Amino acid sequence: MTKNLRVKTGKAIDETYRISFKFNGKTYYGFKGDTLSSALLANNVHLVGRSFKYHRPRGIMTAGSEEPNAIVQLHDNSSRTEPNVRATEVEIYEGLEASSQNCWPSVKFDVGGINNFLSPLLPAGFYYKTFMWPASFWEKYEYFIRKSAGLGKSPTEPDPDIYEHRYIHCDVLVIGSGISGVMAAKTAAKNGFKTLLVDEKPNLGGSTIYQNSDYFKINNQNSNSWLEKEINEIKKLKNLEIKTRTSVAAYHGYNFLLARENFTDHLPIEQRKDKTRHKLLKIRAKKVISATGSIERPMVFDNNDRPGILLSSAIKRYADFFGVACGEKNVLFTNNDSAYETAISLIQKGINIEAIIDNREEVDSKLVYEVEKNNIKIFKGYTVTNTFGYKKISGISIKQLSKDGQKVVGSRINLSCDCLGVSGGWTPAVHLFTQSGGKLKFRDEDQVFIPSIYPSDQLSIGSCNGDFTLDEILINTPKSLKEFLNIKNTEYESLEVISSTNKSKRNIWLLPSDKVLGKTKSFVDYQNDATAKDIKLALREGFRSIEHVKRYTTTGMGTDQGKLGNMHALGIISETAGAKMGELGTTTFRPPYTPLTFGTIVGRNVGEYFDIFRKTPIHSWHEKNKAEFENVGQWKRAWYYPKENENMHQAVQRESKAARESAGILDASTLGKIDIQGTDASEFLNRVYTNAWSKLAIGKCRYGLMLNEDGMVYDDGVTTRLGENHYIMTTTTGGAANVMGKLEDYLQTEWPELDVYLTSVTDHFATISVCGPNSKKIVSEVISDLDFSDESFPHMSFKNAKIGKINCRVMRISFTGEHSYEINIQANYGKSVWEKCMEAGKDYNITPYGTETMHLLRAEKGFIIVGQDTDATMTPIDLQMDWIVSKKKYDFIGKRSLYRSDTIREDRKQLVGLLTEDPNEVLEEGAQIVADVKKSPIEMLGHITSSYFSPNLKKSIALGVVRGGKNMIGQKLIIPMEKKNINVTVADPVFLDKENKRLNA
Amino acid sequence: MFVINCPFCGEREQSEFKAGGEAHIVRPKQPTELSDDEWAEYLFMRKNIKGVQFERWNHAHGCRKWFNMVRDTSNDEIKAVYKMGEKPPIE
Repeated sequence: MTKNLRVKTGKAIDETYRISFKFNGKTYYGFKGDTLSSALLANNVHLVGRSFKYHRPRGIMTAGSEEPNAIVQLHDNSSRTEPNVRATEVEIYEGLEASSQNCWPSVKFDVGGINNFLSPLLPAGFYYKTFMWPASFWEKYEYFIRKSAGLGKSPTEPDPDIYEHRYIHCDVLVIGSGISGVMAAKTAAKNGFKTLLVDEKPNLGGSTIYQNSDYFKINNQNSNSWLEKEINEIKKLKNLEIKTRTSVAAYHGYNFLLARENFTDHLPIEQRKDKTRHKLLKIRAKKVISATGSIERPMVFDNNDRPGILLSSAIKRYADFFGVACGEKNVLFTNNDSAYETAISLIQKGINIEAIIDNREEVDSKLVYEVEKNNIKIFKGYTVTNTFGYKKISGISIKQLSKDGQKVVGSRINLSCDCLGVSGGWTPAVHLFTQSGGKLKFRDEDQVFIPSIYPSDQLSIGSCNGDFTLDEILINTPKSLKEFLNIKNTEYESLEVISSTNKSKRNIWLLPSDKVLGKTKSFVDYQNDATAKDIKLALREGFRSIEHVKRYTTTGMGTDQGKLGNMHALGIISETAGAKMGELGTTTFRPPYTPLTFGTIVGRNVGEYFDIFRKTPIHSWHEKNKAEFENVGQWKRAWYYPKENENMHQAVQRESKAARESAGILDASTLGKIDIQGTDASEFLNRVYTNAWSKLAIGKCRYGLMLNEDGMVYDDGVTTRLGENHYIMTTTTGGAANVMGKLEDYLQTEWPELDVYLTSVTDHFATISVCGPNSKKIVSEVISDLDFSDESFPHMSFKNAKIGKINCRVMRISFTGEHSYEINIQANYGKSVWEKCMEAGKDYNITPYGTETMHLLRAEKGFIIVGQDTDATMTPIDLQMDWIVSKKKYDFIGKRSLYRSDTIREDRKQLVGLLTEDPNEVLEEGAQIVADVKKSPIEMLGHITSSYFSPNLKKSIALGVVRGGKNMIGQKLIIPMEKKNINVTVADPVFLDKENKRLNA
Repeated sequence: MFVINCPFCGEREQSEFKAGGEAHIVRPKQPTELSDDEWAEYLFMRKNIKGVQFERWNHAHGCRKWFNMVRDTSNDEIKAVYKMGEKPPIE
């Protein structure tokens, strides 16, 4: 097992730097520069996982981000553990630990493997068909399905790494650094474009850079040497930024792209400390050049998924880059020239090739002749019909293809091998292009989708544009660049190119076998175990749209998004349904191209930085006095102030009693404040509030209710007239920004003729509300030279005052129903004035109270809270607030809607008070209200919106909305709870001091 | 994500803006004169077309100004932006 398959130094690795790592608990060695997959293959480890549904043994299949099988968990049982990582993309480092994911108890012996033998019972849509009934059992099924699916484990501890976001603006973004990408980056940068070149791999040069083949030459040098020289040149260019290990995840409209730059994943863990792990690059490019290359296609034949079956291009890459032989007895299976390029690389490295199976009958290609010269047996016009071996391939059967390619003929030949390289041609990597909204066209001669209509200023070049051979790339790329960048010349006009690839290809989507299809396992999607049989079954069952077949068979729905198999799925559908490929279209490619970690997506916005929060100027006092805080919008508001061992209920009861019996103090700084000025300010208020404002005298305050145009209550608050053309409006804490936006909207768009200016001054003022029978004594001590007599300073009026030398505004307004004052002062004096009030109130047991007590006190008084007692379906009439709706005003926002046929219905839900039979029974907010529990189904009349135990009334009180409730005062209703029914009586929503004696006291 | 050319500030990221629905729907001058159906037409009925659409946008995290935009909803191409009260530069 621990054979060394390292044949010759690969250029991508440093053989002087040995690295040890663990895979499934066993220690292996590799070299710096190895990927986890190349290091495993060098140690002759092919078996790395089990398939999703049948738990079949699976091996490394590719050498890139398209890998469907080698999906591993890194650093299990640590805070850095990461599931669903492609072994082909992990660069090894000292101390790396990885393990197989989808297997139990181990990858070599997997209990779920039984599914492989049960597979006739597990057809496409099996889960949909089987776990449908009874519906209530789904939760139980789901537990076991998830357990046996085993898509890796998520970490249970916080992520210790640092992630960042960065915006980048550039003239030209080039994605991919193969030959065409390097040509594009150099041309753009040299012509004065600020250029960014990104590549997902650790080094530049694409697949060419280490191939060293005499069959591909540019200006008499091997193509890799030529490219190396070009890369050395572009590294010196000033206006070119190069980012490697940077994978573009998403390509959105207006050339906005997201890319992940990886800084530390290739470093030993101890070297990662205090370094940024990933950076999410938000790139806005004027022009984008995609040079994303292409992905080799596998082929669809019976048992095409055994460990040891790889893409032929992957075998080539492992040999060229890492000096690794994927097997000792290699067989290649192809329908085009690519496998011969692989063969030539293997021959160069001295790796044994047993045979090549070629679908094509005759080929006139220099590459084929070269391989034949090396005495390698080529079976032309043959196909692989089956493979053998369980945990690793041990042999194959081949047969001759019929002329039309639909059948196999002749006798079976068996060949033994330990590695099979497959090449089904190439698929342009158009994922990013289609994400951006680009439209593809189908090219019949080689059966590929290539970019056709560009939705933004962008260009696709090289093999992602369907130019697969070296001469096509070198002729077409400069041409396209000149036009795209609007330049006269490139450096690449008269290159001498030798390209030996013959473009012929014999494309057969589903290769024939000597068995009936039903007896074969020809995998189309390896990760999700979808076979050709499943796709045909879906078609038989009536599915036609490619999107439906995809969802039914789960083809292309794995973490690899079907990068390998989607084309075959399409091909099989097209052949079976007799539809043209171009007409079928493709499934939608969605971002991200390769998975992103959550850390990368959120960046620094974690913990306390997840969302910003706002603090009042008095916040530190609340903290010091042990307040519990509540989030209201983005504000942190003092909720209640527990003393000693008080719980919330006890604290709130104490605070509420104190406020009514002597004095309470509340930090109301969070209320929205809008300064309104202009000669039309009064008219403006007339239009936005339901009540009349023209006659409000200077120095007076008025409560206002604001509706939406549909007549529903939107916000409320007290507005004060400070001068002839000057008002200050208060809004609810949570509604401030929206109210401001709405008022601006009407001013700018509907009534631009009004002379009104709005300024948000919420943060400018601290607001301190002192209430209770002793409030006057306290406030008059803090503001000594002001006349507080009821005649001079009645309820709903305002005065300018001074505390020391500092101006302040004092309003006598109340949200508790108590005699109360609100002091508004420049924010930075807020805390000191608060402390003065506390000092002055000492003898009166002044009690700071939070939002919970405020809610209780206002509920005793029947004052609504917009958003708690209302939702977007309550009119002022529903709230029994008819008194605030002006009958005289010709128009205001929402007026017309108040007498639509629906809003005048008598049986709308209306706000009422509710009293429980047992005064100690406190109702649950949100509980349902019904009249008759015997009727089935029980008719729901409404729900509880606010509910408290009132210490001042010594009973439970509640507000709720009840259908037709206005006319039900005194009627008995029922609140059905889980264990009992609670009897309630409909009451007036004002529970305390209906005559407002306390307000005016 | 669009780049929007605010008529007051110039080109800015879409994240600075808020969409405000269909443009050129004028609030009736005399709502009380309207029948329920006529009022409902103003209140609720909005177009949602695939193709060229006239929209209101607000530079909410910028100059706070409202303006109009002509956008092709099929490919998100912004064909024009213009100030409130101005005639659309294209039909």
